[in-house]
Amino acid sequence: MNQFPWLTLIGALPAVGALVLWLLPASVAGRAKQIALGFSLVTLLLTVLAALQYQPSSTERFQLVEQHQWIPQFGVSYALGVDGIALVLILMSVILVPICLLAAWRDLPADQVGREPHYFALMLSLETFMVGVFAATDVFLFYVFFEAMLIPVYFLIGQFGGARRQYAAMKFLLFSLAGGLIMLAAVIALYTQGPGGTDGFLVSKLTGLAMPQSTERLIFLGFFLAFAVKAPMVPVHTWLPDAATESRPATATLLVGVFDKVGTYGMIRFCLELFPGASQWATPVVIVLAVVSIIYGALLAIGQTDIMRLIAFTSISHFGFIVLGIFAVTTTSWAGSSLYMLNHGFSTAGLFLFAGMLISRKRSKRIPDFGGWQRIVPGLAGIWLVAGLSSLALPGLGSFISEFLVLAGTFQRYQVLTVIATSGIILAALYILLMYQRMMTGPKPEDAVGTPDLSLREKWVAIPLIALFLVLGFYPKPVMDVINPTVKTILTSVNISDPAPAAGTVEGSSK
Amino acid sequence: MTSFVIPLGEVGATAQTATGITAYAWLLVALPLFGAAVLLLGGRRTNSWGPLFATVMSWSAFLVGFGILINLLGYAGEERSRSLHLFSWIPAGQFQVDAGMLLDPLSVSFVLLVTFVGSLIHVYSLGYMAHDPDKRRFFAYLNLFVAAMLLLVTANSYLLVYVGWEGVGLASYLLIGFWNWNPPYASAANKAFVANRVGDLGMSIAIMVMFWQFGKTDFASVNAAVGGANQGALTAIGLFLLLAACGKSAQFPLQSWLGDAMAGPTPVSALIHAATMVTAGVYLVVRSHAIFDAAPTAQLAVVIVGAITLLFGAIVGCAKDDIKKALAASTMSQIGYMMLAAGLGPVGYVFAIFHLLTHGFFKAGMFLGAGSVMHGMNDKVDMRGFGNLSGAMKITWATFGLGWLAILGVPPFSGFWSKDKIIEAAFIGEGWRPWVFGLVTMLGAAITAFYMSRLFFMTFHGEKRWPKDAHPHESPSVMTVPMVILAFGSAFLGLFLALGDRFATWLEPVVGGGHGAEHHPVLPIPVITWGTLALVILGAGVAWLRYWRDQVPKTAPAGSLLTRAARQDLYQDQVNEGLLMRPGLHLTRSLVFADQKGIDGAVGGLAALIGGTSARVRKIQNGLARSYALTMLLGVVVILGAVWVMQ
Repeated sequence: MNQFPWLTLIGALPAVGALVLWLLPASVAGRAKQIALGFSLVTLLLTVLAALQYQPSSTERFQLVEQHQWIPQFGVSYALGVDGIALVLILMSVILVPICLLAAWRDLPADQVGREPHYFALMLSLETFMVGVFAATDVFLFYVFFEAMLIPVYFLIGQFGGARRQYAAMKFLLFSLAGGLIMLAAVIALYTQGPGGTDGFLVSKLTGLAMPQSTERLIFLGFFLAFAVKAPMVPVHTWLPDAATESRPATATLLVGVFDKVGTYGMIRFCLELFPGASQWATPVVIVLAVVSIIYGALLAIGQTDIMRLIAFTSISHFGFIVLGIFAVTTTSWAGSSLYMLNHGFSTAGLFLFAGMLISRKRSKRIPDFGGWQRIVPGLAGIWLVAGLSSLALPGLGSFISEFLVLAGTFQRYQVLTVIATSGIILAALYILLMYQRMMTGPKPEDAVGTPDLSLREKWVAIPLIALFLVLGFYPKPVMDVINPTVKTILTSVNISDPAPAAGTVEGSSK
Repeated sequence: MTSFVIPLGEVGATAQTATGITAYAWLLVALPLFGAAVLLLGGRRTNSWGPLFATVMSWSAFLVGFGILINLLGYAGEERSRSLHLFSWIPAGQFQVDAGMLLDPLSVSFVLLVTFVGSLIHVYSLGYMAHDPDKRRFFAYLNLFVAAMLLLVTANSYLLVYVGWEGVGLASYLLIGFWNWNPPYASAANKAFVANRVGDLGMSIAIMVMFWQFGKTDFASVNAAVGGANQGALTAIGLFLLLAACGKSAQFPLQSWLGDAMAGPTPVSALIHAATMVTAGVYLVVRSHAIFDAAPTAQLAVVIVGAITLLFGAIVGCAKDDIKKALAASTMSQIGYMMLAAGLGPVGYVFAIFHLLTHGFFKAGMFLGAGSVMHGMNDKVDMRGFGNLSGAMKITWATFGLGWLAILGVPPFSGFWSKDKIIEAAFIGEGWRPWVFGLVTMLGAAITAFYMSRLFFMTFHGEKRWPKDAHPHESPSVMTVPMVILAFGSAFLGLFLALGDRFATWLEPVVGGGHGAEHHPVLPIPVITWGTLALVILGAGVAWLRYWRDQVPKTAPAGSLLTRAARQDLYQDQVNEGLLMRPGLHLTRSLVFADQKGIDGAVGGLAALIGGTSARVRKIQNGLARSYALTMLLGVVVILGAVWVMQ
């Protein structure tokens, strides 16, 4: 049963790194970032090795499994394992962390070097919890990681954020805790419906339960609300723009790119898999809210004057697509949503981190304060445009494929709603290009002449991200091969099949 | 109707595996893409040799294309459809799309047009952009455009076409905004991209309907499935494809971006906004002929859009004093002709593509001529400041003149062979349609003759109205040689392709027969041909009277109501602004306000309600609640830890 504990190792390594940093003597505080980067790179390496052990074609749904008793009195186990979707999300997280660390290299001014160990330790500890939350196969363990993630994010915003960091951190914490508490109740209620015993919280023990309809619906709602706050769906999204704009760009990347994914990941793993009946019951409302999120987030993004808030609203729109695909429940839309989670992580990282490079030069995050910057920093303007194009889902870049799969898969069930959702692509062109126009085009700003273009470190932040946009845009097959079997397994287990094409006798005619 | 739909479907399905040089067709896309990548990533190091390198890459793509042409000509007509499987692109559940190419007479025609005219324009740009500090970036974008355009026309599935489709849109955006330090130019670039995105919405939805109905998005499967598809779905696909075509080809009602797109450097206007990219919509309709043949409503919509646009463009063209904007209006109008022909079905497909090719030559030639004029006149574009340039720029005058004769449709120049056939085809049919569409195309020919002659006379003839500092001179040969080559095309390409029905026979395996003599126009053919010629002479004559013989005022007169409307592009921007932009702006602004005061406020208000008094909400921000929340969180962690330790 228990093989080499890959997942524990991957999760624990950043935590060890964080401890090392916290215990670091003040005299070598300046080395904190190198140590952090080292730990995150080894973690990435380990994850790649672990991913190579994963066999997509295996009939085992979860692989790299580990299981130990933890609190048998309450039925809680320390159980880890990944399926295709979880593996891809863990990979995304561990790729993003070193990029974020590199981007955060000079976040603190030289006279605050003493705070650096703490700053980088918080990011590493967040990585531990991120790996844990995607790898947990015990509902209670998932909940613990789910809540524990709040702590480093809270301190990252509250201690290292912008002018209104206290307010933003508090708002973030209250929204998350409210969602979390409701979920805690749902977790316990779910346990009472299960077989109980010393491992009663295992996901496998809680799948396919026969529950009274109203109970199932109530428990579903408990989970769904927590995930909806996390994923931010309209109307429980208002914490995100504040949190994003008061965060450092690296924090915002991890917050929006990874942390929020727990919401959509949870919808797949817990809402649809554990409560298929209730999910179907809620679907009409959820998909309407998802479409509202798409359009509303995009319209709000158009109206923003703060770069970071704008990016946050684009994410609300993109999360709308992910949720739409999840609740449309076709193999195509699920493959699209899973892939979207990955692409959105990289795409948002591009936007936030490159925005950070601009903000650190201009010392302002207001869009109207820029203008004509392409004349001064052409390289930075170039990568900024590429990140923007990735966000507006330009074909050839990864996000296009995921967005199109979500829409095409959803169209099989809900044509009118999909057409409305698709109009989001026009709004996406507007929010990205208007922002680019205001910041980068126009006459050369004489007051900013002499601003340096991309440094070597910044190039190393940009290169992996842009390479990922392109690879995932032109050759997503390796990722799809990991995701597809999982999607198929889940949909078979909840007994939902794809709508067949209406005029579909085309097999064999295609080359 | 359906009797020939099914064999047409089979035509697409019989593509054989590519052999010989056709198996290397991926080089068509790879070579210019490599050029773009080298120039963009290489940075300043490539400044000195980059433009030349990009030009070489473009010509190499032409050579590959030419090799494929020779290769295909080696087969019998029915065997000239060759497929090339590249790799599995998107394998996702039910949705399986492979990246592959389809090399058939239709795509190869485009490949040759794009690479030949494109390469000539690369050469021309070596001279035109010689002194631009960002020359390298310009050539990188040109190469990017060529790569995307070739992907668009050689892709074997609608989804892969979409990649090229937005790829050329991106290149167009980058090149229109190439001088984007000038704010109106940056706006023009945005306008083009957004109008194109509206079209792309149509493309997306059309593909979704295909996937929903047929389960596939590649041409072969879609064509094969058309026979068994339901009428509503086919009409929907047709109409959404038409929307896509309207965006890319600047057809009514998405035409407004093309005039502004003239903000780009003139070689860009020639290549992208005249010869190639803007004709992609026509390609799309002809490529989807199986769908349109089976969806008469959508087909009629195509014809109507074409007819409206050809008149719209022609009317606008009459009032423009900016030489590039007049040419842009003319492009819109000429693509209207092609669109109309494509909508006529089998009687029109061949001539739509035929006119597209000849137009590619003569319009690109005229744009390059306009660029040459600007080059000699300090980048001025107002024709009221030109006049009698024929002496100062003899080569430009002669090459432009051939383009002018071609677009007028004067025999034996290229445009005659293609446009006259479209007019004939428009007169084919039953009921009101041939009369309306036929007469529209004839009227269009007359207006075209007027505004193009106006443009030609105002620029090259009449009296000098030059600004004081103007010293017009002929352009260097690196610019004039491409113009001369294109002028040859304007003169003889039509005749060459029309002789012995050469082009029709070449294209027949793709679009099927039906363009031949079995259909009869409602008017006798000589009446149509001579009638059109008479109208053309009339139009040109009026222009001669007003813009050559009479004095042309240096500042535009007030003009009639229609003239004023035409100068404003028939109020297209005002309509868009009133209907879309202003309401959109208000909506966005009020939503931003509502989001902060309304939704966020409501959530805060709920907290106040639960807390009992608003004073407590204030405490939240004082930090008391923060300590509660943190204590609670820490408490959970401590309890869990304690239980774990004590177990």
